[in-house]
Amino acid sequence: MKDASPAKPYALHLGVIALLFALSFVLPDYHHGLLARIMVLAVFAMGYNMLFGYVGLLSLGHAMFFSAGLYGAGLAVIHLGWSVPAAFAAGILCGAALSLVIGVLALRTSGVAFMIVTMMFAQVFYLVILYFASWTGGDQGMVVPQPARVLGFGATSLDLTNPTVRYMSALALFSTVLLVTLAVVRSRYGRVLVAIRENEERTKMLGYDTFSNKLAAVVISGTICAASGAAYALLFGYVGSSFASVQYSILPLLWVLLGGAATTLGPMIGTLFMYYIVDITSGYTSAYLLIVGIALILLVLFFPKGILGTIRQRWLGWLP
Amino acid sequence: MHKSKTFDLSKTGLTRRTALKGLAAGAGLAVAPGFVRYSQAQSSAPIKIGFQSHRTGIGAAYGRWYEKTTAAAIKAINDAGGINGRPVEVIIEDDGTDPGRGAEVVGKFATQHKTDIVFGTLFSHVVIGSAPAAGEAKMPYFVVSEGHHVASTKLNRYVFQPGITDVKSQIQAMAPWIAANAGKKVTQIFPDFAFGYDHRDYLPPALKAQGAEVIAQIAIPPTESSFTKYFPQIPAETEVIYHVMVGPAVLTFVKELGEFYGSNRPQLFGFIDSLEATDINSPGLEFLDGSHFWEGSPRYAQPDDSAAQKAYRAAVGIDDNGAAVGDPKDVSTAAHMFGCWETLYVVKKAMEDAGYKGPEDRAKLVEATEALTEFAEGHEHPQGPKTFNGKIHQCFGIQNISKVEGGKLKVVHKTKIEDGLYEPEGDYTTQAL
Repeated sequence: MKDASPAKPYALHLGVIALLFALSFVLPDYHHGLLARIMVLAVFAMGYNMLFGYVGLLSLGHAMFFSAGLYGAGLAVIHLGWSVPAAFAAGILCGAALSLVIGVLALRTSGVAFMIVTMMFAQVFYLVILYFASWTGGDQGMVVPQPARVLGFGATSLDLTNPTVRYMSALALFSTVLLVTLAVVRSRYGRVLVAIRENEERTKMLGYDTFSNKLAAVVISGTICAASGAAYALLFGYVGSSFASVQYSILPLLWVLLGGAATTLGPMIGTLFMYYIVDITSGYTSAYLLIVGIALILLVLFFPKGILGTIRQRWLGWLP
Repeated sequence: MHKSKTFDLSKTGLTRRTALKGLAAGAGLAVAPGFVRYSQAQSSAPIKIGFQSHRTGIGAAYGRWYEKTTAAAIKAINDAGGINGRPVEVIIEDDGTDPGRGAEVVGKFATQHKTDIVFGTLFSHVVIGSAPAAGEAKMPYFVVSEGHHVASTKLNRYVFQPGITDVKSQIQAMAPWIAANAGKKVTQIFPDFAFGYDHRDYLPPALKAQGAEVIAQIAIPPTESSFTKYFPQIPAETEVIYHVMVGPAVLTFVKELGEFYGSNRPQLFGFIDSLEATDINSPGLEFLDGSHFWEGSPRYAQPDDSAAQKAYRAAVGIDDNGAAVGDPKDVSTAAHMFGCWETLYVVKKAMEDAGYKGPEDRAKLVEATEALTEFAEGHEHPQGPKTFNGKIHQCFGIQNISKVEGGKLKVVHKTKIEDGLYEPEGDYTTQAL
């Protein structure tokens, strides 16, 4: 079957990017800052979705890829005095290298075993951060100095601590990853990934090397998550081991489930939804996690495929 | 004709009738709704303090008592006329004891609640995670954390710790007493994370300066739930076991240490952080009888408590055993929470010195706080006198060493401020505001 016209999905995605750009000029200060953070973390969720949504591999260890980027970029600035672009590249490379190694090892398993193996590797990564506390700051973490968080362009420079610059940097990263994800999932390679998710044995019989394809997906996923971590360190100025803890492996799973697995915009919607529900309810009660839990149960009951997944199923079948 | 540019009341022909008319008009203007709003905005709108509280997460027990102490201090300050004649209002946001959320909360105070300052954080990783957000928003950030991170000058010019001493100072101040009274050969047992590392790094040089030594350091992973296998690592010649285990495992730790040693044990010295919000008479803690603890402020009422200390305890609502009045099982975090009370009075003093009017004066508030040097013991500083080093944004004060005796903690020694002083590691005042 031939694909539907690409015009609609691309128009939608460019529209979302344009909307986020326009919001920068109208949002009140607090929501402006919060949305910058949400966009960076939505990239983390998009990286997770690449593997979970499109390949069907449920990892419980993606915090290690996020923190590989976080520490790769943060420590390059703190200890080596690297510039922002070099540190960002270092963070991404750390994530790519780590995901390649973890992929080679963890893809020897599947299903529940894959979940457990990725979780164990992430726990090892977390403990390694604590073990090398003199370099990483251990559980307390470290501050990326404000004067170092400047992006130089010849004589001019952009201060990443400036709210507008930060928002636009987050938007640039988000837009790039969104369009790359869209291109990947609409490509032949993306179709192969979905085929693996639906029936790996049949895909093998059709002559595809499923291991290589899955490994490439792990690396793409890990690299995107690392880009998010590197951006977080440079834009928000803190690296800490809590980002490597199991909580940060579960959060992207929740964001993706909420927004809609295997939808390109779902991770953003899920992250946005979770952030605001925590932000609003925590202002009223310290039992806000209970409310979050109830909201999640209701969503599972009425939107079992996540928000966008259900919309796609019921109304907009062309959503990528 | 020469026209005077000055206004001479005697030459205006002002009659009593016109004067009264003028006064009436002035009074009418003053009670007009618009004028009232304007006037209040200038003089009596509340000063807003954003309280970054650990309501949930690992710090919740501390957070609850920090809130109680803060509420008591704010009531006392407001009853006495507020700050610069303005009432003080506290806005609380839960940071979940999480550094990521902590930074968001600081942003929320700065841009949504538009508070004058942010205050009250305890856990070190939340302070370090939130500090960049405070610095970027140019928001004065007064923490009550006891971590060395502020004094290390690794944070930024907007972060202060004026109401509680830092752990480096506390450890250093303990060394003379340990060497003179407990023993010269010390084995340290500490959790294998940052809180433990402060003790690991700062105690050996401090003891060495007193002619004592650390003969073994045993780091216990935070995930550990049984400790017996570590005890054979304690050298036989150990005279003092210095322990700083924290978290729920502390009860097991003490129980197993007791089973290991029986009645013939070395001296024990610990930091009360292990047992904050925990009843010292809990089953399993009997082994601690006769041992010594560091306390920032004593949990139990002492016979020589000052009037200020008594008034502070009454205001916060803790009984003679350091538990909530009316609920003996609700044990407070007395060794730390006094820092909230004292910090708020430092904020009051600095705002008054700066003539603080609103967020546009935040830089002045930073400079006024840096200019402070001493806090006398009294109603505002019931824990004791303190000095303040404006270059490293850290206060220094006395420490208490208490002995567990008859199921209570009895203060047996108070250190001097000088015992906890050290060379500054940097200077925040060189950073731009």
